[in-house]
Amino acid sequence: MTTTLASKPRRTRPAAAKVREPLGDRMVLIVVKLMLAVTLALVLLPLIYIVASSLSSPAAVNSGRVRFWPVEFSLEAYQSVLSNSEILQGYYNSLIYAVAGTLISVTLTVAIAYPLSRKTFFGRNVLMTLLIFTMLFSGGLIPTYMVVQDIGLLDTRWALLLPNAIGVWQVIIARTFFANSIPEELYEASMLDGASGLRTLWSVVLPLSKPLLAVLALMYTVFQWNTYFDALVYLKDPDLFPLQIVLRNILILNTPRTGAVDLAQQMHQIQLANVLRYALIVVSSLPVLIMYPFIARHFTKGAMVGAVKG
Amino acid sequence: MSTTTPHPVRSPSANEGPARPPRRPAAAARRRSRWSEAKKSWRLHWQLYLLASVPIAYFIIFKYIPMAFNVIAFKDYSPVLGPWASDWVGLQNFERLFSNPVFVDLLKNTLILAFYLVLASFPIPILLALALNEIRNGWFKRTVQMVTYAPYFISTVVVVSMTILVLSPRIGIVNEGLKLFGIGPIDFLGEQDFFRHIYVWTDVWQTAGYGAVIYLAALAGIDPALHEAAKIDGATRLQRIRYVDLPGIMPTAVIMLILAVGNMMAIGFEKAYLLQNNLNLAQSEIIPTYVYKTGLINADFSMASAVGLFNSVVNLCLLLVVNFAAKRITGRGLWR
Repeated sequence: MTTTLASKPRRTRPAAAKVREPLGDRMVLIVVKLMLAVTLALVLLPLIYIVASSLSSPAAVNSGRVRFWPVEFSLEAYQSVLSNSEILQGYYNSLIYAVAGTLISVTLTVAIAYPLSRKTFFGRNVLMTLLIFTMLFSGGLIPTYMVVQDIGLLDTRWALLLPNAIGVWQVIIARTFFANSIPEELYEASMLDGASGLRTLWSVVLPLSKPLLAVLALMYTVFQWNTYFDALVYLKDPDLFPLQIVLRNILILNTPRTGAVDLAQQMHQIQLANVLRYALIVVSSLPVLIMYPFIARHFTKGAMVGAVKG
Repeated sequence: MSTTTPHPVRSPSANEGPARPPRRPAAAARRRSRWSEAKKSWRLHWQLYLLASVPIAYFIIFKYIPMAFNVIAFKDYSPVLGPWASDWVGLQNFERLFSNPVFVDLLKNTLILAFYLVLASFPIPILLALALNEIRNGWFKRTVQMVTYAPYFISTVVVVSMTILVLSPRIGIVNEGLKLFGIGPIDFLGEQDFFRHIYVWTDVWQTAGYGAVIYLAALAGIDPALHEAAKIDGATRLQRIRYVDLPGIMPTAVIMLILAVGNMMAIGFEKAYLLQNNLNLAQSEIIPTYVYKTGLINADFSMASAVGLFNSVVNLCLLLVVNFAAKRITGRGLWR
């Protein structure tokens, strides 16, 4: 009995402190929570609707019966997505662009950000100003197109890998990381050991910069996977199209897919057409979705660096 | 080791204190000429200069040469002669542009859409962050954050496709819902008056959670002692948001606003072009889509460059004006 008596006040004290919060404040908190719940629903429901539709039968989708749960569960849409050669080719191309583009972009970003982070690197302020200026004033679509044309990148894979290879924002993030997260003593020690500039970067700095490399790689990968503008402008050859262009052709322009089909097949395709779009949305977003937990963590970090340093 | 040259531009990492060696041979360094400084830097960093030369070449080729190619806006561009040898026509392209009746609509559409977008997408992430900051850490907060953050990573093509499907007059769930209230099916994408709302609110849907993250970081940086003091003084929750949280995120908000306005005229070609159809063209034709069509579909390079250049200059001016205003009002700007 004594123990319960003794522990009683201790248990109630935090509760008592909470009760003292004025009524008005508690009302505010309830309103805030309600608003957040509504926000949550507004963001989540369209996504659920898309997934639910993609898992429903074509008939149910076409009659508008699907809400937020699959009706007449069916994987037909996914089967037809995964047997479409155009989509698979786009998927394959996008994978190439994402992997190669990320490698090129991260390498080039480090190659400029690291020298810019060294305080004794002569001309770094002028260089940084020139870089930031490209954020404020761009050459524009047509002049850039002319350059790409002149150096013969038009209608090659390079057209998607090179013209937007370096993001100035990413350079700022990398430079800030190198300047603030690598202790100055390491540079001095490495120099005393007779390591050259490149050797220091490769053996001392980069092994300590894995979080940065992860942030950069994720940012560039997501960019490469999601962009369609460069492909729209620079590519004509359907064999080179990234997934996003294929998606646009099927989802938005609604062009008939290649390959002759007989009448029965065509009927079936018309029935499938709508539900196929839902499945296509899910399938194309899948890689980013799988990476999402990592992305969420690392993008936040990257955003912080950018936010702190403005 | 340390240079004492003043930083002409307040670049992002120019002010970090701890990394700078404490001893500064100030007098000696000041006397040293820029030239010997450059020589010393080259001797020390020649490998890094070689390393940097590749990205520098990238910026010259893909960013600065295109800027120079903008001369064709003042020329009658001929692909045979190239940008330099083509004939000068002075401001003829611009005269042609400004006298074109399409131009007024184009500018109006672009500006209305851009202002509407900033008006909606600037405050909402702040509200979201303030709301999230009020509730205790727990599954609800984590869930709201994770879910609202996610759409940022969905591609524009997919977002537009989702919009079209959700708003579809025949099978879309929005029209199914409206049916319950007896409102007949509405072809949202076919009505030009809906274009701007669709554009802006899908954008808010996609980016609000991402924007909130930055403000949440700023909110986390506010000294808890300020909140404690305010509580002891009897401040209500709303008063604490108004007098502690809001001033705390002000610097971040100013920077975000400047950046938002700076990107205003660079307003997404991607989404506008995808949402466009013949029915909503009267409101959905904006400068970037017009540049694309004039330049790459009609192959009128000079005219398209003129429009693009006009757009870039307006954009730069807007950025400088907002930066100037922000500096005057809050004492903070992009370059401080």
